[in-house]
Amino acid sequence: MITVLNYGAGNLPNVVRALEHVGAQVLVTEVPEVVREATSLVLPGVGATRDTMQSLQRLGLTEVIAQVVARGRPFLGICVGMQVLCTESEEFGNHSCLGLVPGVVRRFPGGQKVPQIGWNQVQYAESMRSHPLFAHIPSGSEFYFVHSYYCDVADPSLVAGQTTYGLPFPSVLIRDQLIATQFHPEKSGTCGLQLLRNFVLLSEQ
Amino acid sequence: MLTRRIIPCLDVKAGRVVKGVSFVNHRDAGNPVELAAIYNQEGADELVFYDITASSDERQIMVDVVEQTARQVFIPLTVGGGIRTTDDMYRMLRAGADKVSINTAAVMNPQMIEDGARRFGSQCIVLSIDARRVPTGADEHDQASPPQWRVFTHTGANPRPTGLDAVEWARRGVELGAGEIVLNSMDADGQQTGYDLELLRTISDVVEVPVIASGGVGSPDDMYRGLIDGHADAVLAASIFHFRTYTIPQVKAYLAERGVPVRRVEGATA
Repeated sequence: MITVLNYGAGNLPNVVRALEHVGAQVLVTEVPEVVREATSLVLPGVGATRDTMQSLQRLGLTEVIAQVVARGRPFLGICVGMQVLCTESEEFGNHSCLGLVPGVVRRFPGGQKVPQIGWNQVQYAESMRSHPLFAHIPSGSEFYFVHSYYCDVADPSLVAGQTTYGLPFPSVLIRDQLIATQFHPEKSGTCGLQLLRNFVLLSEQ
Repeated sequence: MLTRRIIPCLDVKAGRVVKGVSFVNHRDAGNPVELAAIYNQEGADELVFYDITASSDERQIMVDVVEQTARQVFIPLTVGGGIRTTDDMYRMLRAGADKVSINTAAVMNPQMIEDGARRFGSQCIVLSIDARRVPTGADEHDQASPPQWRVFTHTGANPRPTGLDAVEWARRGVELGAGEIVLNSMDADGQQTGYDLELLRTISDVVEVPVIASGGVGSPDDMYRGLIDGHADAVLAASIFHFRTYTIPQVKAYLAERGVPVRRVEGATA
């Protein structure tokens, strides 16, 4: 059973559809007591880190997310669901985020179109090539991105996938069972569905 | 590297694709869900459904079409046509659309762009602009004046001039929160002689958000020129795909040979 956090993220229905499509049983909830018991948790997201943090705080979810991650339960953060894992964000004025991954959410440099919208390649870190999350997806495959900010993480060993848009930025983070993608796997066609399938398999272990 | 997007657009009326799609054998050629699945397999980077239904009763059909498509096709889906309020936007996004495209309603009520962007995020709001070139003769010194384009609404049988300058309107739309612009040249539309490259380049260079070229494509070279000379980030086309003049893999092969980054899909052969 995959628990998907329902805090008002616009892409929630499409994340649920994609997970169901790859055979997952999905529980959608915003109840902290239920989230705390999740054996596998997905944090979807679109929009801004500030709004997302405010919603999570209002629903009393920030601590239980940290608890689920601390227990080593499989966790997948998507797009803004990845960014809020960082320590802080520069979007609409500096503010704190969940602080589960040391790092800062920064805006892309100018001189190019912002937001980045479209399909871009994800190159796996050498040490992560055989990670089960990437099974049957070659390094360099394209995934669908929509974002103006990226995670500037302090520990480069967490960067499992990297993408370039004006500068190289982390597009996949992995630390034990904590996984996050800057792209939208639920909108990334065959590769995205495979990645979700891999996450579901990894959750069932 | 970010790839350039190739986006087929389907006109849908009361749940059926209009402007015939000629290539589908042994399948329901008028079924938007099936066509979406086929274009997805061929490597379309996104899909646009444009609802040309006149009556509001039939809008619910479009919601159902979007919902069925979103269950089968996992690439970005934009829905345009008939969206007049943020509640209309909500219905489409809830059904599974990733973005909504607004045109006439945004001209009538620009606040709608801001309201939509605040409620759903800029990434959901696509401003579609229909523009026509203002005829400009040379002045008495034989100096050609810079080109201008005006925005029209209700394009189709009875386009209505708005008096808005297209470049200014694009800039304003982005200020209000539009996350992308679809730019349709009314002069080029249907001609199959290529996009209005000057219009494209002018607007693409003044706005920070991606610009999608629309209207006038007759060949893969037209798309190439739209992306390179027109500085477009993506190209949208209808007829050349529907009538199988060119397939998506053919277009992508043509672009890739000329050094344009595109997403190639396994199993989709040109």
